[in-house]
Amino acid sequence: MAMVKNIVGIVSCSGEDLPEGTISRIATRIVLEKLRPDETATICLPLLLAGSEDERAFARVFPTIAVDGCDKRCAEVGVKKYSGKPVATIVVSEIVKKHPRLKVKSRDNLSDEEKELANIIAETISKKVDEVLGRKSKAV
Amino acid sequence: MSKDGKIFVIPCSGIGKALGTVGRTAMYEVVEKLRPYDATTVCLPLLTIGDEAALELVRNNPCISVDGCPLQCARKNIEASKGKLAASFIVTDVLRENKKLKPEAVTELGPKGLKLSSILAQKIARKIDEIKGR
Repeated sequence: MAMVKNIVGIVSCSGEDLPEGTISRIATRIVLEKLRPDETATICLPLLLAGSEDERAFARVFPTIAVDGCDKRCAEVGVKKYSGKPVATIVVSEIVKKHPRLKVKSRDNLSDEEKELANIIAETISKKVDEVLGRKSKAV
Repeated sequence: MSKDGKIFVIPCSGIGKALGTVGRTAMYEVVEKLRPYDATTVCLPLLTIGDEAALELVRNNPCISVDGCPLQCARKNIEASKGKLAASFIVTDVLRENKKLKPEAVTELGPKGLKLSSILAQKIARKIDEIKGR
């Protein structure tokens, strides 16, 4: 199966139980909808297990970046187990530690601080997308 | 607070469709506002990777799956984990009953999408009462 060279797959953990899971999900959507809409694609992580071989081929078709809320790294592990090895993993909780002024509390309605973090994560994902595609990062 | 003894509401959180967000938002309304003492959640991806603590919770407590679309990824993952599935909801069914309440986008449901989510949350809360024998 041929890999699509100019599209990067992004698989987010969605982590329902943690605010970091919500941030991963929102950050992923920001990349897909606003920052790199023509260069990225996604698939629901639970669909890798529940779906058919077509869905499970995702990471074999696209070089894939896993976006995880916490260090359990469900997206990375799930992609590796059902689809193929991700080319990179971004762990939100690790990035959150670098921004102690921004507090992460809500799992549902993101505060301004949480939205700022989602944008920071989205920029990090976008830079990784550019790196995977061998491009110089665009201004975000 | 221990999660054991509660009913687990587990949405698919489908990232590709706004209906996945409706399920996720409905779950938060149930576990945080409508039935906080009876219901909780667990990350669905933990089940997909076989996390032992998460598997034990869904095997020992009733679970309600909330899926955005008929692919029913939450339900299938709970079943594959040998979880105690007590009920299942699919957002498309609720949308069919409320055709005017189409959500706007994955990140922002908009007023109609939020209304749809609240209707679903009420249905889940009633199902929780039923499971609890009220």
